[in-house]
Amino acid sequence: MKAPGLPPKPWTAPSVALTLLFLVLGAVTMAGFLLLDTRGVDVAGAFAKTGRDLVTLFLRPAAEHFTVLEALQGVALTLGLGLLTTVFGAVPALLGGLLAARNLGPAWLSASLRGFVSLIRAVPTVLWVLIFAVGAGLGSVAAVVGMTFHSFGYLLKAYSEAFEEVDHGTIEALRASGASWSAVIAQAVLPGATPALVSWTFLRFEINFTTAVAMGAAAGAGGIGFDLFMAAGYYFNLREVGTIAWLILIVAVGLEYGATRLHQASRAPGRKP
Amino acid sequence: MTAHRTIHQWFRRRQLGTGLGLAVVFAVTAGAAALTQFDLAEGFAAFPKALGWMGANFVPDARAWANLPKILSRLGETVVVSVMAATTAALVSFVLAILGSKTTRFHPAATVVVRALASVGRNIPVVAWAMIFLLAFGQTFLTGFLALFIESLGFLTRSYLETIDEAASAPVEALRAAGTPWAPVAAHAVVPSVLPGLASWMLFMLETNIRSATLVGLLTGTGIGFLFDLYYKSLNYPSAALTTLAIVVVVLILEAVSGFLRKVIL
Repeated sequence: MKAPGLPPKPWTAPSVALTLLFLVLGAVTMAGFLLLDTRGVDVAGAFAKTGRDLVTLFLRPAAEHFTVLEALQGVALTLGLGLLTTVFGAVPALLGGLLAARNLGPAWLSASLRGFVSLIRAVPTVLWVLIFAVGAGLGSVAAVVGMTFHSFGYLLKAYSEAFEEVDHGTIEALRASGASWSAVIAQAVLPGATPALVSWTFLRFEINFTTAVAMGAAAGAGGIGFDLFMAAGYYFNLREVGTIAWLILIVAVGLEYGATRLHQASRAPGRKP
Repeated sequence: MTAHRTIHQWFRRRQLGTGLGLAVVFAVTAGAAALTQFDLAEGFAAFPKALGWMGANFVPDARAWANLPKILSRLGETVVVSVMAATTAALVSFVLAILGSKTTRFHPAATVVVRALASVGRNIPVVAWAMIFLLAFGQTFLTGFLALFIESLGFLTRSYLETIDEAASAPVEALRAAGTPWAPVAAHAVVPSVLPGLASWMLFMLETNIRSATLVGLLTGTGIGFLFDLYYKSLNYPSAALTTLAIVVVVLILEAVSGFLRKVIL
């Protein structure tokens, strides 16, 4: 399809990097499919079974080991866990975010705070929860503490970047007129960043709902995630898994809708990866 | 004087709004705390205790370092599965997004179907997909791969749709005005302008997958998650600590590499 008479495109740094990236990832993927052990699973048969399972799951949901009311209570508990950990993470992250914003504090403080939270975020949430569970000898409280810790790391980074996008002129003007650090924060930085802060916080709430489902299934945090684990891993009851999947899907779609609306309202540019 | 009063009123209203917002957040949080029966004091007390325990017990010892080859091989498997899921999902999402985008205008029904599929994929948590695939695929890498693939597919399709919808409309309009059908428009105007953005989202997905893979592995008995679970349940905390450390190092390296690539590409 190449247009006749045009010279070939020159190799630039971006196109070389892009080509290399695709080649490496493609090679790793091919190697994985060829080399990883499927332990003799009948792949075609397993796909057919999953197809049938999905039909049963989504089209014939039922409740046998729990009532629908109990399932709804499970959803409420999971939502509560998500909300609690978001708020608990947001409060210290707000303070930390102010200190870590490059336009508000010294560079060394910003760099060390960000390094610290990227370390926190590098440990998967489930591991934090499991570590806190033995470390403090706690049951469900460990899920709250572990998820809070991870939310703190995520929100601190997001908040500090939101603060950095506050109009520089406003801050300079206040500083020039002799406003103190706290006055600059209270009158320019916080009001300017509020829509972005709300948007990021709600996005984290959306993430934390999903994480709370996972912690219920994998780390004993209860709620709908635990019901899911019992239905799929213990009773092998697909129709119950269906009920749970539908409930989670409805809540998650609602949360995603809210997060998208808030993001648009914050008038921030598209969330880039 | 009136202006003076008005600005006072304005500040007052702003303070009132902030106060009201904080009150609502406080009330909802208190409700959630009651619902989950979370004891704030216990939580705060637990935190330093947990950190102290970590410092004393959650440290790799000589016995743990002997397990390093096993840990690295399992971790390697998890990284490969995460790469496979992100790469194949990116490929399929790319096709879906081209078909579903408003820019290429393939078919209006395609937009609805693609968006609905993507929404189901990403809004059902990866743990649920993992449990579902576990029923047919058992404790093999395929279970984790498929769960991560579906989740990545849902997420990447949405991101790709947004990227392509926002893509340069001037070349698209020019080609379309010349009567070009949708396929060459997609190939010559849309794809070249969005490729760096799509690659950047794929890198993001890869980072996310490595974190999720640990969780999926824990639940389905595969990869590095399985190994962590094994050490954790047999109270071999030094080895569990080394496993965690290895995950942290890999995640940080990956973040650095993808950050660098993103800077070069975009």
